[in-house]
Amino acid sequence: MHVPDGFLDAPTSLATGALAATTLTVAIRRVRDQHEEKAAPLAGLTAAFVFAVQMINFPVGIGTSGHLLGGALAAILVGPWTAILCMSVVLLVQALLFADGGLTALGTNITLMGVVTVLVGWGVARLVLRVLPRRPASAVPASFVAALVSVPAAALGFVGLYAIGGAADLSLGALAVSMVGWHLLIGLGEAVITAATVSAVIAVRPDLVFAARGLQPALELRGPGAPRRGPGALLPAPVAAPPASPRGSVRPVLLIGGAVALLLAGVVSVFASSSPDGLEHVAGEKGFLETARAHLLADLPLADYGKVGGIPVGLAGILGVVVTITIGWLLLRLVARRRTRPVAEPARSAERV
Amino acid sequence: MSAGHSHRLYRHGDTVVHRLPAHTKLLALVLFVLTVVATPREQYWAFGAYLVLLAAVAVAAAVPVGFIAGRMVVELPFVAFALLLPFIAHGPRTEFLGLTVSQTGLLGAWNILAKATLGVIASILLAATTEPRELLTGLRRLRVPALLVEISSFMVRYADVVTDEMRRMRIARESRGFQASHLGHMRVLARSAGALFIRSYERGERVHLAMLARGYTGVMPMTEDRPIPRTAWLAAAAVPLLALVIATTAWSLA
Amino acid sequence: MSSVPSLEVRGLAYAYPDGHQALFGIDLTVARGERVAVLGPNGAGKTTLVLHLNGILGGGLGTVTAAGVQVVKDQLSEVRRRVGIVFQDPDDQLFMPTVRDDVAFGPANFGVRGAELDARVSRALDQVGMSAYADRPPHHLSFGQRRRVAVATVLATEPEILILDEPSSNLDPASRRELADVLRSLDVTILMVTHDLPYALELCDRSVVLSDGVIVADGPTRELLCDEDLMRAHRLELPFGFEPRLAGLSVG
Repeated sequence: MHVPDGFLDAPTSLATGALAATTLTVAIRRVRDQHEEKAAPLAGLTAAFVFAVQMINFPVGIGTSGHLLGGALAAILVGPWTAILCMSVVLLVQALLFADGGLTALGTNITLMGVVTVLVGWGVARLVLRVLPRRPASAVPASFVAALVSVPAAALGFVGLYAIGGAADLSLGALAVSMVGWHLLIGLGEAVITAATVSAVIAVRPDLVFAARGLQPALELRGPGAPRRGPGALLPAPVAAPPASPRGSVRPVLLIGGAVALLLAGVVSVFASSSPDGLEHVAGEKGFLETARAHLLADLPLADYGKVGGIPVGLAGILGVVVTITIGWLLLRLVARRRTRPVAEPARSAERV
Repeated sequence: MSAGHSHRLYRHGDTVVHRLPAHTKLLALVLFVLTVVATPREQYWAFGAYLVLLAAVAVAAAVPVGFIAGRMVVELPFVAFALLLPFIAHGPRTEFLGLTVSQTGLLGAWNILAKATLGVIASILLAATTEPRELLTGLRRLRVPALLVEISSFMVRYADVVTDEMRRMRIARESRGFQASHLGHMRVLARSAGALFIRSYERGERVHLAMLARGYTGVMPMTEDRPIPRTAWLAAAAVPLLALVIATTAWSLA
Repeated sequence: MSSVPSLEVRGLAYAYPDGHQALFGIDLTVARGERVAVLGPNGAGKTTLVLHLNGILGGGLGTVTAAGVQVVKDQLSEVRRRVGIVFQDPDDQLFMPTVRDDVAFGPANFGVRGAELDARVSRALDQVGMSAYADRPPHHLSFGQRRRVAVATVLATEPEILILDEPSSNLDPASRRELADVLRSLDVTILMVTHDLPYALELCDRSVVLSDGVIVADGPTRELLCDEDLMRAHRLELPFGFEPRLAGLSVG
């Protein structure tokens, strides 16, 4: 999904550049405030991993190629803010040394592959973790869903940006369908690899998985002089303080994620509705590129997006997103109330090293 | 960007270009690319001029054409997309090489191909003449946030460790009779990715802990910043300045 | 000032990330200038304890105070200025191109520069007897030499308390003796984790026994080594023919 120079017009590139720069500044500040010594080497390793993961390529519809993104994996392993830094480092190096992704498109690439994937992945993971039992192993299904959703989300973002400032006269509906369609499949592959990686790391070094924090059992104290084989003088487990919520609470993430989803649903769906005529036009006139058009034609029922029960499609898109979020939120509330309170929270104090 | 990678990216030499400090080259690269991207696409001659400029740099840096061509492979996905653009874009049609294609699509394809190719060549020249460690120092001197540079330096170090561990795991697998098929590869990759992560991390972790124990705060303490002679800046500025001249001429003609 | 203990550990408990709890409540006080050996079977938690003393590990229960400074996140720099740890594997600690660079790394991190830095490096290398090797790459040295250089890298930061993890392991007898001479000549508090019981007896007047994550004994080294029941209960064995009652009596 690396965007090259000249793909988007200047204002859009500048806007995404500004967005990326702001997000990076916030991320740097957040990570520094955490004062974690392991942060940099772990982030470096995660970045190296993401680099490797992104080399797995798949050919996609209209000549663009798709590849695994790694944003959700990074978010699960090192947390959202550090993950944004990891992805940005990878994209920066790719742009500078490999010209993979234009330098003027760096802001765009960071926004799409660094910010959207990470924030969507993290948000989804947090939502799933709220529903699952509080165990380190729960991070695995959470990472699966997070990766699954984050990839098509980034593809949607790609299409949305192209709709705003694309520098070629391309059929937006066709682009949307092929990009999002293929990235749904790529998302599946990414979900499998992400879950497998997280599962292996959780089994041995759960301390290396940011998303699994606060899910550990309490510590036990024993008096000295207890004979080796007999039962030790077990002191009662200390009264636990509730675990400090990880830096960067979920709410801004959810709000931003929700806003992005609404924007994309509104903007993209409006453009998508205007394309069927263009598609039919092209399909009717030209007589070659059967294979490419097979992709496009197969999804021709785009006409259904034209009007949904008389409501203009943009509005329908927005309504759809709002309804989904509301239902999801209601479900979560119901589930949360039914769950019993967890008995022993980990006794770690957040101020400790 | 492993040691394997950087050996393929970096080409040892002792030319003027190699000796230039990394941050001057980085800045020159960025300015050059910006200038190229801002050039109106219809001024075809300008892009030829840019190519000549880059060729001059390649000669000065003793980087052979084959070296550059080999590393341009990364551009292939863009090329495919750009080539398809004339056929799938809308707008008025025109004749090109006997085919009827979209006019804007054609221009768009040219736009992407020309600018991306020039960007790729410039990047290759930078990577070929600058060692990874120097690049990181260069980024730091360009006031790239220290945290990003630190993560980059760990990424470079861990890239070596990761590829080394992958090699070891592959040897262990094949010694136990594993035959690589495409699907089998993916499955094994998925399962061994986590183990690879942990092993790589732990290899670097002990050294990192020892560094922490001696007060390491994230920045290597003893790097002196040598003063840069004026001539270095002039040399590095040559390319972007010439590019700017080409661009302004192109604008005035457009 | 000498009344402030070099080390004060209270109620330290810790579990590893995979869930295995390693320390179940440790209380330990070490006075300034003391030399204390930490003995115990494999898996007792000795290295885990050591890693808490300069804040590398944390997040469990209890407190650690080193040289009067509490070992908490925002004081780690101060802590590491006063607590020096020599790890078991010297190759983990020597990562610079030359011996001199490695020894200078520590004080440089604390802001020492120029002539003062050179002086510290020379002094540290003198103390371990490795001045002649200052400009050699570390991987060209023998294991014993690397071990000594590793000690120098920590001494250069001029810590108040020096902690060593298995200092005599894998050393030939001559290197072992050389290192013992070095340690004896130093004017710092020493905490030594070791399996080498004669070494502990030779260098440390006091020992604590750590077993299954708790301290089960704390007293004069000779007494502990002569307590056969204690030794047997915690898998401590004396080398063949070594008689703690008589060993080193003339040296004292």
